[in-house]
Amino acid sequence: MTVMSYLGAIGAAQREAMDADERVIIIGEDVEANVYGTTGGGKSRSDKGDFLQRYGRNRIRNTPISEEGIVGAAAGAAMTGLRPIVDLSYSSFLYMAMDQFVNQVAKNRYMFGGQASMPVVFRSAMFYGLNTGAHHSDRPYPMFMNVPGLKIIAPATPADAKGLLRSAVDSDDPILSFEACLLWSTKEDVDENEFWIPLGVARTARVGTDVTVVAISSSVPEAVAAAEELAKEGVSVEVIDPRTLVPLDRGAILRSVAKTGRLVVAEPAHRTCGAAAEISALVAEEIFDSLKAPIIRVTAPDMQIPFSPSLEKQMYPTKATIAAAIRRVVDLPALQPVAAAV
Amino acid sequence: MAELARDTLREMQLRMLRIRAFDERASKMVKRGHIPGTVHTSIGQEAQVVGATMALGSGDYMSGNHRSHGHPIGKGSPLGPLMAELVGKATGVCKGKGGSLHLADFAVGSLGESGIVGSSIPIANGAALSSKVLNNGKVALAFFGDGAANQGVLYESMNMAGVWELPMIFLCENNQYALSTPAHTVTSGIISERAAGFGMPGIRVEEGQDVLAVYDAVSAAVARARAGDGPTLVEVMTYRYNEHSEGLRLGTDYRNADEREAWLKKDPIMLFRHYLASQGFSDDELDGLQATALAEVDAAVAFSDASPYPDLSVAFDDLYSDKESAA
Ligand SMILES: Cc1ncc(C[n+]2csc(CCOP(=O)(O)OP(=O)(O)O)c2C)c(N)n1
Ligand SMILES: [Mg+2]
Repeated sequence: MTVMSYLGAIGAAQREAMDADERVIIIGEDVEANVYGTTGGGKSRSDKGDFLQRYGRNRIRNTPISEEGIVGAAAGAAMTGLRPIVDLSYSSFLYMAMDQFVNQVAKNRYMFGGQASMPVVFRSAMFYGLNTGAHHSDRPYPMFMNVPGLKIIAPATPADAKGLLRSAVDSDDPILSFEACLLWSTKEDVDENEFWIPLGVARTARVGTDVTVVAISSSVPEAVAAAEELAKEGVSVEVIDPRTLVPLDRGAILRSVAKTGRLVVAEPAHRTCGAAAEISALVAEEIFDSLKAPIIRVTAPDMQIPFSPSLEKQMYPTKATIAAAIRRVVDLPALQPVAAAV
Repeated sequence: MAELARDTLREMQLRMLRIRAFDERASKMVKRGHIPGTVHTSIGQEAQVVGATMALGSGDYMSGNHRSHGHPIGKGSPLGPLMAELVGKATGVCKGKGGSLHLADFAVGSLGESGIVGSSIPIANGAALSSKVLNNGKVALAFFGDGAANQGVLYESMNMAGVWELPMIFLCENNQYALSTPAHTVTSGIISERAAGFGMPGIRVEEGQDVLAVYDAVSAAVARARAGDGPTLVEVMTYRYNEHSEGLRLGTDYRNADEREAWLKKDPIMLFRHYLASQGFSDDELDGLQATALAEVDAAVAFSDASPYPDLSVAFDDLYSDKESAA
């Protein structure tokens, strides 16, 4: 075990994948200079961990700022023998390539009757919570959950980031990885040897019996903190992190809610048609009879992300808003007015 | 002009005849409801399709668009699974999941036709990137129309192909209309001249109804790509005889009848037949090619007719590489 940051774990997974398979290449804007911190081993270009030094320009490719062209080329390359990892930097830039994601990447295997394999990973970072304003703060994974053919991961811990990325690179399906900048500096002990976390398997971040909180991305540590607080009041909270949003580990969610009878879903995306909406519907459809209280979603509201720190901070689920939702489903009195974001 | 073997010349005419016969039959089948939906024919554009596809090697890649039957036929796909695909049969080249707009035959390097105008251009670019990274000597070609030439992704792709010196050919099939829109009313300048902005050669084949002229131009681009000298833009001037898609009744308001008549006089199959006759091919031999093409289309329809429709149990197959992920 070694202490790794979330970002360092992603870099480690990329290095392992590049070492393991010559067909893996990394393409994206500014990847040569390791601007986003996942294509280098150290702080300077001359460090021996630097990807450009290790793998050369044939496999580490700086691209022009041409997201549609990049995503399409990565798809074509995946269909003809490469296994590209595409670094799209900010998640908000995925929109530039929407046609390629929806019409080519997601559809080609099916539309061509299984002739096309699509082993490609598209990594992007959700820069929310960092006062970057409305254009850089998006959490767009739910839009892509609505596109059959894509698989979607949203790791919340360094170990998950490393293990899920290895599985993603090894998969023959197109994977979108949504990483949260708020988690970049999170550190924990991570196995420095190779390991793979299978897609579609949730992680129980905390075991509990009274309430299930399904939390996504940066809402996971907030949910765990809320659970710890509620434990002091005698409420036992189970926190489930799906880790993979497509395919979703329905079984893990349903088993947990069947046990606790109460569900809070917390995620940083918008409320309407979000992952939380999907998970809530799943539980309501499948195990309505197990529910002892209405389901509560804790999400970002359906609005733009404002710049000012005093406004932005209120937009995403926090320990306080998640705790307030938990209190509601177990009928504890609220400690303070529930924030607008709930 | 390169000296071509008689077999190659014969094969060129046969492939053009196949495309003509296949698309004429498909047109009838759409009108009779035998093919669901619609199709876009390449009738009139056979020289441009076959000149380009035969300049490629059998291992080379290509991507195409909605006017899509000619490309795989030109690349050498057998007709049966293509026809079965148009009808929606389980034996279709895409198992009935694609249809006319999405023919693909990976066995001949056909990476798929795209219903979204311009969308498949970067796919071929990515195949060229694979060839470059894997150093396997293959080249890739993207077919697109004059209409698609105004999509931004073309220029993103040309820039990437240029700066990475990819073994890539951008092939613009300029049939002078995008649906009802005359190219000159929406296109600033000459398409082939746009190549200069990306530091790559841009060639316009004015005689796009002459299969050998197209073949020569594309062969030069393929040789350049294979030698590691990077991409080329080739614009081929041509004309579609039929309506944009079968069953569409736009009339002749947007395309005058004289113009069509003039192009019919330069019919690519007729022109090449005259050329072949001048090269000593006998009438019997040339008639035989025509008969072969028609018989192949008959056989393709018979193959399709005898094939089952896909069972509902396979509807979710190939959504993902594994069955479990499909909900
Ligand atoms: C992105 C997109 N816009 C519009 C259409 C509708 N459409 C289908 S084909 C076509 C004309 C395309 O013209 P061109 O690229 O010149 O090809 P041609 O049909 O002439 O072969 C149009 C507008 C589409 N399929 N995709
Ligand atoms: Mg056109």
